[in-house]
Amino acid sequence: MSQGGRDLRLEGVTKRFGDFVAVDDLTLSVPQGSFFALLGPSGCGKTTTLRIIAGLEDPTQGQVFIGEEDITGLRPYKRPVNTVFQSYALFPHLSIAENVAFGLRRRGIKDFKSRTRDMLGLVQLEPYADRRPAQLSGGQQQRVALARALVNEPGVLLLDEPLGALDLKLRRQMQIELKRIQTEIDVTFVHVTHDQEEAMTMADTIAVMNNGVIEQMGHPEELYENPETTFVANFLGQSNLIVTEVLSSSPERVSVDCHGQQLEIDSARSHTDSGRGWLGVRPEKITATARGAEGRNGANLLSGGRVSDVSFVGVSTQYLVAMPWGQELMVFEQNTGQRAQLRNGDEVDLAWAPEHAFLLDARQDAHAGVMTPEDLE
Amino acid sequence: MTHPASVQSTGETPPGTGTTTPQRARRGWLLLVPGMLWLALFFLFPTVQLFFTSLYDPAGSYISGYQMTWEFRNYLDAVVDTWNLFARSFAYAGIATALCLILGYPLAYAIAFKAGRWKNVMLVLVIAPFFTSFLLRTLSWAAILSDQGPVTQFLQTIAILPDDGRLLATPVAVIAGLTYNFLPFMTLPLYASLDKVDYRLIEAAGDLYSSPVTGFRNVTFPLSLPGVVSGTLLTFIPASGDYINAELLGTPKQYMIGNRIQAAFITEKDYPLAASLSIILMAIVLVMVIFYVRRAGTEKLV
Amino acid sequence: MATTLTRGASGAATSGGTARQAPPRKPRLGRWMADRAVLFIGILVLVYTFVPIGYIIALSFNQPSGRSATAAFEAFTWGNWSTICDPDGLCESIRLSFAVSITATILATVLGTLMAFALVRHSFRGRAASNLVIFLPMATPEVVMGASLLAMFVSLGFDSVLGFITIVLAHVLFCLSFVVVTVKARLVGMDSRLEQAAMDLYANEWQTFRRVTLPLAMPGIVAAALLAFSLSFDDFIVTNFTAGQSVTFPLYVYGSKLKGFPPQLFVVGSLMFLVSFAIVIGGELWRRRRP
Repeated sequence: MSQGGRDLRLEGVTKRFGDFVAVDDLTLSVPQGSFFALLGPSGCGKTTTLRIIAGLEDPTQGQVFIGEEDITGLRPYKRPVNTVFQSYALFPHLSIAENVAFGLRRRGIKDFKSRTRDMLGLVQLEPYADRRPAQLSGGQQQRVALARALVNEPGVLLLDEPLGALDLKLRRQMQIELKRIQTEIDVTFVHVTHDQEEAMTMADTIAVMNNGVIEQMGHPEELYENPETTFVANFLGQSNLIVTEVLSSSPERVSVDCHGQQLEIDSARSHTDSGRGWLGVRPEKITATARGAEGRNGANLLSGGRVSDVSFVGVSTQYLVAMPWGQELMVFEQNTGQRAQLRNGDEVDLAWAPEHAFLLDARQDAHAGVMTPEDLE
Repeated sequence: MTHPASVQSTGETPPGTGTTTPQRARRGWLLLVPGMLWLALFFLFPTVQLFFTSLYDPAGSYISGYQMTWEFRNYLDAVVDTWNLFARSFAYAGIATALCLILGYPLAYAIAFKAGRWKNVMLVLVIAPFFTSFLLRTLSWAAILSDQGPVTQFLQTIAILPDDGRLLATPVAVIAGLTYNFLPFMTLPLYASLDKVDYRLIEAAGDLYSSPVTGFRNVTFPLSLPGVVSGTLLTFIPASGDYINAELLGTPKQYMIGNRIQAAFITEKDYPLAASLSIILMAIVLVMVIFYVRRAGTEKLV
Repeated sequence: MATTLTRGASGAATSGGTARQAPPRKPRLGRWMADRAVLFIGILVLVYTFVPIGYIIALSFNQPSGRSATAAFEAFTWGNWSTICDPDGLCESIRLSFAVSITATILATVLGTLMAFALVRHSFRGRAASNLVIFLPMATPEVVMGASLLAMFVSLGFDSVLGFITIVLAHVLFCLSFVVVTVKARLVGMDSRLEQAAMDLYANEWQTFRRVTLPLAMPGIVAAALLAFSLSFDDFIVTNFTAGQSVTFPLYVYGSKLKGFPPQLFVVGSLMFLVSFAIVIGGELWRRRRP
C-alpha cells in the first residue's frame, strides 16, 4: 500500500444498520490523483462506503484517512471532500451560479464570483448562470453538480452514480468528459456505480463490492481477464463456467478433467488447486469450428457441441452451443467476414488458449453476480 | 432481485432521519417542548378539568360555587334530556359530510386531472369564498333561502315545494348550510390526495379493460382513500359540534348539541351539565374517529 | 431512488391511451362531453360556492329602509362603502380581530414549525404520543374546546380578565395542530440530500438550516401561517367562549342579530373577500414570474 501525500485510506470500516451489515470490515487505499471505481449491484454497500467517506454516515467501526489525517469524526463540512450526488441534489431555490458558489461562500472565499465564472466556463454553462436547476436538461444539471463540487478544489471527489439519470448517448459523452477533467485537475475521484462498462471505461482501479465486502480489486483488464470469484466473473462481463475436476497442478499449468476431456489452465489464473473447480472462459475467447475441421495444437479443445441458437448482433454473432452434459455455452464471434457463419444444429468443437481460461473454487455459486433484468434498472 | 442484500434498500437511511444520536434526540425534544407545553396547558389540562366539572354537584351555581360530589348521575341526566339532540347532530353532520363528499370529489378530481394550466386558479377559487366571514356567508344563505328569496320562489313555481312550503327554518336549510360551510375541508384533502395519484395508473386501468366506472372504483378511488378519510373527518368533526348553522338557518326545532352546550355554558351557566354534554360529545366523536380510521385502514392521518 | 416523475408530463398524456382502443367508439360529441363532464360538474360546484359571495357584495350596495339590511335588495347606494366605521363598534371589532389573529398566527406558526421540525427531523421516544396529542385538538369539536377553556378560566378566577389574551391563547391552540400538519407535509416531501449536499459544501448546521432548509420549507410555513390567520380571523365558536366582554368581528356580526345587521357588515365581508383574493392572485402571479 502506498503512503503518498493525500491518499484516501479506509481501515477496517464497518457499518451496521440494525442487524444488517452494509459494509463489512473494509480496508482499502486509493492513491492520490487516481480514478477509483466502487462497482457492485444495488445494496452491496458501495453507496454507504461513499457516504462514510463524505461524512454523511458514521462508520460503526473503523477509520477514514486522507494522507495521515484521520477524518473519521469530522462533520461533512470540515472535510476536504466533495460529492456529486445521485440525481444531483441541486438547490432548486438557487440559481446555477449560486449553486456553484455555495461552497466557496460558506468558506468565506472572497473571489467566489470569478471562480464561479471560471468553473461555469469549464463545464460550458456560462450562459445559464442565472437560470434555475429545473430549467436545465439532465446533462446540464449533471455538469452543474460536477462544477459545484469541483470549484471547491477538493482533495477527493466522490461521485454517486453520477451518470445514472442520463440516457445512453449522453452517458458515453460524459464518461469521456469526466475522465478528461480528472486527468486535467489531478483530483482523486471515487466513483460509485453499478454499471460495469462505466467503471471499466473510466477507472484506473476497480473494486468490485458484494454484500459489504470487496470481492476483488485491480486494474479493469486484470479483473476482467483473471477474476478470482464467480461473482466477479459474472458481474464483469459474461462467463461460461463449466464444472471440472483438478487432475494435477504444476507451477505453470493446472490440468483438469471436464466431462471426460482434459483441459489446461495457466497456474497464475487458477484460484483452486484440488478437487472440483469452475473452469471459466469468456465467450469471445472461444472459437467454434465445425467438428474435426482443424487440429489445434496447444489449445484447449472441447468437442461434442451442437449449435442451438444463433443471434446476429451486427459486430458479432452470438452462439449458444449445447454440450453433451446438457449445459449451453456462449460463444461470441467477431463478424470479420473471413469465416462462414455457423447454423443452428451444426456440430462444433470449441477451442481456446489455456491462458484465456481461469479456474475458480467450485464451492462458489456459479450464478453469483449474474445480472437479471431487475438489476439493470 | 437476486441479491438478498438488495432488499435492504441500499442501506440508505430514510430521508430526514439522519444519524440519531442522543444529542439530536435532545434537540428534537427542545423544539417540541414549547408547543407541547401549550397543548398541555390549554388543551389537556382544561379537558381534564372539564371532566371534573362534569362531576360537580348540579345543585351549585355559578355564583355560589360548586361542590365536587362525583355526580356521575349528571351524565345520565344529560343523556336522557338530550339524546335526541345528539342523534340529530350526528345525522345532520353525517348527511352534510356525505353531500360534501359528493360535491367535493368531482371538484377535487377536476382540479387534479382536468384543469390543466388552470389548476392553481381553480384551487384559489375553491378557497376564495371562504375568505369572507363564516357568519356573513351563513347570513347570506339565510337571505337566499328565505321565504321571499329566489330559491324558495323558484321551487314553489315549479311546484316542488308547496306554496306555503319553506326552506329556511327547516332541516334542509341547516344541512345545506353545514354542507356549504365545510366544503373546503373536504375538497382540499381530497385534492391533495388525488394530486399524488399518477394519472398513468388511471390510464393503465383503461388499458387493462376497465371501463371508466370500474377503473374509478378499483384504482382511482382506493388511491384517494387517505384524502377521503381526512376530508370526511375534517368535515364531520366540526359539523357535529357546530351551532351557528342551526341557529341562523334553523329554529329551536333544528337545534343541535352545540346549541345546547353553548346555551348551558353561556346563558344558563349550568357548568356541570355543559361539561358532561361536552365530554359525551368529545367521547362519541373520538370513538367514531378511531373506529373509522381503523376501518379505512389508514392509521396515519394527513 | 429515481423518482423523477413530473406531474406535467403525466398530465399532458391524458388522451394517450385512446388510440389503441377497439373500433366501436362512442360518437365524438358524446366522448367530448364525457371527457369534460367532471370538469363541468367541478365548475358548477365552484359557481355554487360563490353564490353567497355575490349576495354579500350585492347587499353591500343595499340601502335598507330600516336600520338593518334585510334579505331583499331595496335601493342602490355607494354610501355603505364610505361609512364603514359608522356602526357603533364595528371598526373596533375589526381592529381587535386583526390584533388577535396576527398575534395568534405568529405564535402558532413559530411553535408549530418548531414542532413539525422536531417530528420530521428528529427521532426520539414519545414521537408517536406527541403526534396523537397534536391530532387530538383537531378531533375535538370547537364547542368542546371553547367550553373547556372557559371552564378553566372561570375556575382559575380569570373570568374578569377574559379578552385579548384569553382569545389569543385559545386561537393559538386550535391553529397549532393545523400549522404542524401543514409544515410537516412540506418537510416530509423535502429531499434530505439537499441538506446533505449543503453540509458537503462546507455549510455548518446553522448555515444549512438558514440557506437551504428554511428557504425550502418556506412555502409550507407561509401556507400554514395563512391558514392559521384565516382560521383565527374567522373563528366564532371558541372566541365566543373565551372573549368575555371583548368583541371580535365575528362576534360583532353575531351580536348584530338582535340589533339588526347594518349594511356595512356586508361591505366588510366584500372587502375581506376582495383583499385576500387580490393577495392570493398577486402571490400566484409573483410566483409565476420568478420560477
